[in-house]
Amino acid sequence: MAQTTVTTRLKKLINTPETEVKDAMAGMAAAHADLIRVEYDPNVIIRKDAPRKGKVGLVSGGGSGHEPMHGGYVGLGMLDAACPGAVFTSPTPDQMARATAAVDGGAGVLHIVKNYTGDIMNFEMAAELARGEGAKVNAVITNDDVAVQDSLYTAGRRGVGVTVLLEKIVGGAAEAGADLDAVTALAKKVNANGRSMGMALTSCIVPAAGKVTFEIADDEMELGIGIHGEPGRERTKLKAADEIAEILTSTIVKDLPYKRGDEVLAFVNGMGGTPLIELYVIFNAVNRYLTGEGIKITRSLVGNYITSLEMAGCSVTLLKLDAETTKFWDAPVHTPALRWKV
Amino acid sequence: MAVTSPQIYAWLERYAGIVAEQKQYLTGLDAAIGDGDHGINMDRGFQTVLVKLAPVRDKDAGTLLKTTGMALVGSVGGAGGPLYGTFFLRAGAALDGKTEVSDRDLVGALEAGLKGVVERGKANPNDKTMVDALTPAIEQAKQALDNGAPLEQALTAAADAAEKGMKATIPLKALKGRASYLGDRSIGHQDPGATSSYLMLRALSDSLATLPQRATTTTT
Repeated sequence: MAQTTVTTRLKKLINTPETEVKDAMAGMAAAHADLIRVEYDPNVIIRKDAPRKGKVGLVSGGGSGHEPMHGGYVGLGMLDAACPGAVFTSPTPDQMARATAAVDGGAGVLHIVKNYTGDIMNFEMAAELARGEGAKVNAVITNDDVAVQDSLYTAGRRGVGVTVLLEKIVGGAAEAGADLDAVTALAKKVNANGRSMGMALTSCIVPAAGKVTFEIADDEMELGIGIHGEPGRERTKLKAADEIAEILTSTIVKDLPYKRGDEVLAFVNGMGGTPLIELYVIFNAVNRYLTGEGIKITRSLVGNYITSLEMAGCSVTLLKLDAETTKFWDAPVHTPALRWKV
Repeated sequence: MAVTSPQIYAWLERYAGIVAEQKQYLTGLDAAIGDGDHGINMDRGFQTVLVKLAPVRDKDAGTLLKTTGMALVGSVGGAGGPLYGTFFLRAGAALDGKTEVSDRDLVGALEAGLKGVVERGKANPNDKTMVDALTPAIEQAKQALDNGAPLEQALTAAADAAEKGMKATIPLKALKGRASYLGDRSIGHQDPGATSSYLMLRALSDSLATLPQRATTTTT
């Protein structure tokens, strides 16, 4: 890879890289005062009415730059708190420890962690701190990215699109009064039945770095990209949307595998810099491919839900549904980024 | 002979300066095989360390190191926060209450730090991580002391071994951390964590070599 020195002018709507996360948190608090409150140092976004007595608390967190994940999913029927780290950097244990204490209504707290080395270690340290204070804490790790091969010999598969679906479904169950063990088991089931793969047309600029994370030519795409601007598995010439959708979807289908007769939630996600019209072009191709395989899309989600700053590109996530997961997907939700039946 | 807590402070201050200087370099290494933030995160962490150390800079070596560890855990994030945080917390715990640190104690503290890093990160040698710089360095330091070498010489040997270990990460395929997602594409790049670990040990060796106050007498 030709890395390095090409710098790009930092043309972003920010004041300074150092203040970006707090400025955005303050904006969220002002825009959604009916749903959330925020605390600083340690930085936490908390459901306005937390802690809810007798309800399992759901805490997630990760680097910033993936908005609306996770702060946009705090509210009724989804998360109780989110911990935003620096851009593309996992939050610190003091944040998750504070979030855990703030949402613990006596029924325990589930940490929803994406499988990245840093996230895992910081959440582990936080869980140790919280348990030391007497909290009951479980953790579930999402690792749905099929782009990571040889996962026995790596840090394992990354947690990507399934995380959003899991937060919604598990949030529905927790809202309905499921206990910590049931919520944990459901979270594991959602992760086990979901798979994702992403691709990028362009790179992105971490404000504090001030230059693109990787170079990519105008006629190239990166397949198997993660959500941190980290290079993927394979660099190829740009293809038509139908072909790209088929590569992503067929890889996912073969991995679980999804079988004829399965009912799935199909989630076409934008990386932040791709217009919705292109995401629907992709969804059309995903639908056609799955129909050909005898797999039925019974629920769908299309839009920018787990992003990589201004990167152009998309990811496809499939989640095999059953009666329980369908019921909690359909359950009422009211957060800054997702709202239905409320 | 003993290392004094002001010398420990001098090491931490020197390393903070080096991290600030090398911020772009470390970030560039990370951009090649990770997510391009290692230098930024480490610099944010060590700037916080300097702030947190100011009110305790006259305290014992254990306090200095533990304060450093807590500051890193609370400000770095990523994998670097828990790993470097754990390194300094464990090293600090090994030197609890000591204002004068024997040669053996100092190397023992580094070894305790490495043990913490391995427990936290679960990395093995040759996984292309900071462990590849720290492990041979601490072995060399112990061996040098066993052979009767003075501490300066042992720490220089440690820094040299860390440098060698760091360079030896270039042909390795990453098996831990975000670089492992690249598979074979991680080959040919130097590991950023091994690099920051090397710089840390070089800073230790250099700060002891340049400080003449390494003596049992009290300084004014």
